[in-house]
Order: sequence, then C-alpha cells, then structure tokens
Amino acid sequence: MNAWLATRLSAGLFWSAVALILGYMTIPALVVLMTSVSPSELLEFPPSGFSLRWYERALTYPDFQGAFVNGLIVTAFASSLSLLIGSAFAYLVERYTFGGRVALEAILASPLIVPHFTTGFGFLLLGANLRIGQSYAVVVATHVLLTLPFVTRSVYVSLRNLDPALERAATNLGASPLQVLRRVTLPLLLPGMAGGWLVAAMLSLTEFTASLYVTAQRTQTLPVAMYTYVREYTDPTIAAISALLITFTTILMLIANRYLGLRRILAIDAH
Amino acid sequence: MKGEASPAVELIKVSKSFDAVQAVRELSLTIRQGELLTLLGPSGCGKTTLLNMLAGFEVPSAGSIVIGGRDVTAVPPYRRNTGMVFQNYALFPHMNVFDNVAFGLRMRKMAKFEMARAVGHALEMVKLEGLASRRIRQLSGGQQQRVALARAIVIEPKVLLLDEPLSALDRNLRGAMQVELRELHERTGLTTLFVTHDQEEALGLSDRIVVMSRGEIQQVATPLELYRLPANGFVASFIGEINRLPPARCRTEGNDVVFEIAGGIVLRARKRNQPTIGAGQETHLFVRPEHLTLVEGDRPAPNRVSCRVTAHLYQGAYTLTRVDAGPLGNLQLRVLGGEVIAAAPIGSQIKISIDLDKAVILAG
Ligand SMILES: Nc1ncnc2c1ncn2[C@@H]1O[C@H](COP(=O)(O)OP(=O)(O)OP(=O)(O)O)[C@@H](O)[C@H]1O
Ligand SMILES: [Mg+2]
Repeated sequence: MNAWLATRLSAGLFWSAVALILGYMTIPALVVLMTSVSPSELLEFPPSGFSLRWYERALTYPDFQGAFVNGLIVTAFASSLSLLIGSAFAYLVERYTFGGRVALEAILASPLIVPHFTTGFGFLLLGANLRIGQSYAVVVATHVLLTLPFVTRSVYVSLRNLDPALERAATNLGASPLQVLRRVTLPLLLPGMAGGWLVAAMLSLTEFTASLYVTAQRTQTLPVAMYTYVREYTDPTIAAISALLITFTTILMLIANRYLGLRRILAIDAH
Repeated sequence: MKGEASPAVELIKVSKSFDAVQAVRELSLTIRQGELLTLLGPSGCGKTTLLNMLAGFEVPSAGSIVIGGRDVTAVPPYRRNTGMVFQNYALFPHMNVFDNVAFGLRMRKMAKFEMARAVGHALEMVKLEGLASRRIRQLSGGQQQRVALARAIVIEPKVLLLDEPLSALDRNLRGAMQVELRELHERTGLTTLFVTHDQEEALGLSDRIVVMSRGEIQQVATPLELYRLPANGFVASFIGEINRLPPARCRTEGNDVVFEIAGGIVLRARKRNQPTIGAGQETHLFVRPEHLTLVEGDRPAPNRVSCRVTAHLYQGAYTLTRVDAGPLGNLQLRVLGGEVIAAAPIGSQIKISIDLDKAVILAG
C-alpha cells in the first residue's frame, strides 16, 4: 500500500467519523424539522407530505408571539446584567488575588452541580416570599444566575490572554489607570465580552427548566409557552416553533462566529 | 565634554526585595546626560527589576531615584516620562502603526497636526516611513521592534529604557539592529539605559557598561577598560573568554614579577604599575585565549609551558584549541586560521607561550 493511498484512506476514515458524529448530534433537530412540514393534524414521523401551514399557525399564535417578546426582554436584560457582573467579577479575581480564585472556580462549576430545577424552584419560593412572585425581575435574576458562569469564564479567559506588558506600555506612555482601562484593556477584552454576551443570550433564549418555575402566563418565555402548548395540543405547530427557535439561535451563533470566532468564545482554558 | 552637566538619572542606595529574594542591593549609579549605558549581567541578577524601578512599575524597598534632577521615587509610572521598549515589544494589537506611535502624544494632548508631524518624524527615524497605516499583525519582528522604538522616542523621554530589545530577533537581524540602535542614539541624543545579558552586544553598543551580579554592581567602565582591566574575577570571566590559572604566589625580581604556581611552575611578567600586587601575596591570573600562543620547535619564548592538545573548535577566522597544561589545568588558545588542526592533532604534545604582560592580575 503506498503512502498516498494510506493518507487518502485515513482521511476517508476521519471524515466518515466526523459525518457520523455530526449526524448523531443533529438527528433530534432533523426529526423535529421534518415533522414540522407534515400536512397531518397529528404529530407524525416521517411526514406524509409537505406543508407550511403549521409555520403559519406558530407565527400567528398569540401565546407564542407574547412569549417570544417576553423572551427577548428577559434575554436582553439578563445577558447584559450577566455581562456587567461577570466582567467585574472576572476582573477582580484576575487582578487581585484575595483567595478569589477558589470562589471563581466554585462559581464556574456551579451549573454542573446545582440543577436548573433547583435554581428555578429556589427563586420561585424566594419571589413568593418577597411578594414579587413571578415578575420579570425574578425571571431575569434567574437567568443572570444561570448565565453568569459562562460570561465570567469568557471574560476571564480573555483577561488571562491579555499580555500585561500592554497595560504597562500604555502606563509608561503616560496613560493613567483609567485611560489604560478605556484605551487598552477594554478594547482588547471586547471580543471576549461580546462572545460572553452572545452565549448568555443563547442560553437564556432556550432555557426551560428553571423558567418553568419562575414565569407566569404574563412573563413566560418561548420554551415555557411551547411546553404549555404540547400539554393541550398534539399538532405539528410545536415542531414548527421549535424549528423557528433553532433557526433564530443558529443565526445568533453564526453572527458570533463571523465576528468573534467561535473558538475564542468556547475556549475553556487559556493555555 | 558633557560630563559637567547634571546627571540624567541618579540611583541612590536603591534596594528591592521580593519576599525572601533580594533582587537589588543598595545600588548606587549615575547615568550621564545623553550616554548609552548598558546593564549587563547573568539571568536573575536584577536588571529588569532595576529598569522597572526607573519606569515606576516597582517601588524600591529603600533608597531613592532621581530623574532629571527630580526625585521620582514616589511618582507613579505614568508621570515619569520614561520611554520603555519591552522585550516582546508590547505593541497595541488593536491599533495600527500610527496610533501605536501616537499613543503617548495623545496622552499628552498634543494637537492633531503637530502629532502627525512628530509621528512621521519618529517613523522616519526608525526607517518605517510609509507603514503608518499597517496593522501590527502585518509587520515582521524587526519592523515591530522599530515601531516599539518609535513609540518610545516620540515622547522625547528623559531616559530611554530598553529591556533586552534584540533578544527576540534572529542573529543576522540582531547585528543590523545593533548598528541601527547606535545610530539612532547618536541622532536622538537620548539618554539610554540598555539591558542585556549578551556581552558582545554590550561591548559593541555602549558608552559605558555596568556589570551586575546578584543585585550588586561589580564594575562600571567603558567597554575597552572592562575587557582589559576587569575589576574582579566575576567580571574577568563574564566579559569575553578567559583562562583562569591556579592561584599563584608572587614576588619581585629586578624588573620582573615572578609567579610561583603549585607543581613547580614559574611564570614571569614585567613589573607594572599595579599597587595591589605585593610581594608574597596570593594572586589570581586571568589570561585571554588570544594571549596564549603556540611555540614552534625550540624557539625561545616567555613562559613556555608543555601541554597536550585535547580539542579543536574551528570558528572560521580562528580556531579555539583546548590543551591540558598539567598543573596549570585546562587552557584555551585562540589560533588564527585552521591550520593548527592538522599541525597539532588531538593528543599531540605542544609548547605554548603565556603572555602575562597582558594578563589580568588580581590580588587574592
Ligand atoms: N515580581 C517578583 N516577585 C518575586 N520575585 C521576583 C519578582 N521579580 C523578580 N524577582 C526575582 O528577583 C530577581 C531578579 O529578577 P530580574 O527579573 O530583575 O532579573 P534579570 O536580571 O532581569 O534576569 P533576566 O536576564 O533573566 O531577565 C530574580 O531572582 C527574580 O526571581
Ligand atoms: Mg530581565
């Protein structure tokens, strides 16, 4: 067997493996997508024909419309707040070692340890106790908490990758600490911060478990409205709205990738 | 001479400790107006720490720093007006060449048109005219180096601080940049403190050299003095190649000084004006490889010693020949050309002559 053939073969093997894994990862979404274009009144897979009627219904269903707007409001506030808090926290931990590294690691690991169910349930009880029930404030607070680790990590990684000599150079050239922050540190952190914000936005838009507890009819987000819908109806509208949500999130993701580079955002470790 | 003018920089008994490490110990140093002074020393001897204290990034544990007649010990780094060039250049990646160079001027709130002129002039100085709108990423290492230099000189600092600025460049480029740095220094006339651990760089570039070791100054001298008259064993062995002979006892004999070395070896030198060498004293002899010569046949020569060839290191213009000289230990000779490799093969017995008149003689 010559070397050329060997490389071709191993390349072939590699790409088959990639295709297999990709297929596996996208199967559920594909099933939903196919179901969404079925003309049948019932959820059926594989679909028996092609129709866009369920898309029309999904887009005109008032509960979905309201929930989508709710979701956007919650996401806008939650990911922005999360960015603010996460950036400040990452900066403090990176710059002043007051044993903060331990706290940081605890926070970064918390979403793996505390189930969303618990977080939502906790905020529900707390909200009831404070008599602010299932208000936007509680929903936003929940989403900030759930997205904070990702934003913090994103900003923290950018900070770690920032060459401290750059800030020194600016200082040496006459920039006061505030000017250094404004002209060097912040501009260089911007991609990491924007990336963190986008990841937070995507998580917040699609979050379901905790939102189920902390939202009411008035404040419910799209995933919650979708859940309510499937409990009452069994038509493919739910598949159509799923497909729309996936598309929307994918577009966000593509924007992130185009302008910031996914690798940078998803970088778990600085080294 | 400018020597009369007030010094550009004065360090007065400056110390710096990091926890247990004492990086700089009671160091006093004066940098003259407009000179290029080099800090030379092995890794970890405190060069960067000293530079950082001048720039204001480190606060001395004790002592004071005076720049341009003003005590700046407690002045924050952004009000010191020093110009630093970092080892990895530290150029701002989110700005183009122009904005990098203009940064210091913006901080000084210089007017737009004046700034454009100053930046243009600085870029011309480092031969980067026409690259003002380039991104930093599109520059070669040598070009980045020049931008860093332009950025530092454009603010007309009281002292230019260079921390091993050439170490990241490849060998050829380094040689060329040394020449350019020297020219740039002549044109700008900026007082410059240059840090390096490369002695060739230091010898070739400096007006004066400060040799440091373990946070202390070993000697301050011109390159010529430093090579010819090192103040102690550390400097002697740190600057250039040198052979250290075993300790000798010396006495005077007429116009000669006689050195007796264990093993019955006696070496002679003409008496010189060096009060530190007294009769009966223990002395240390350091001889450069170029002051050891091969002796052919039985020709008379001063301080003839027999030895055995152990290695040849051919260097092109010359060959470094290693010999085992018995009681004198292992020595290294510098022989012009490469013929010696065939003439005195490894293992052969040869005779060498030691020119002690050019040796460094230090009291024990
Ligand atoms: N921030 C710091 N914390 C603790 N120790 C330090 C710090 N900075 C320097 N040191 C120590 O001080 C000593 C001098 O360090 P410095 O960086 O000044 O050496 P250097 O001469 O510049 O060496 P090199 O040629 O390797 O750059 C070293 O022993 C170093 O470990
Ligand atoms: Mg250093």
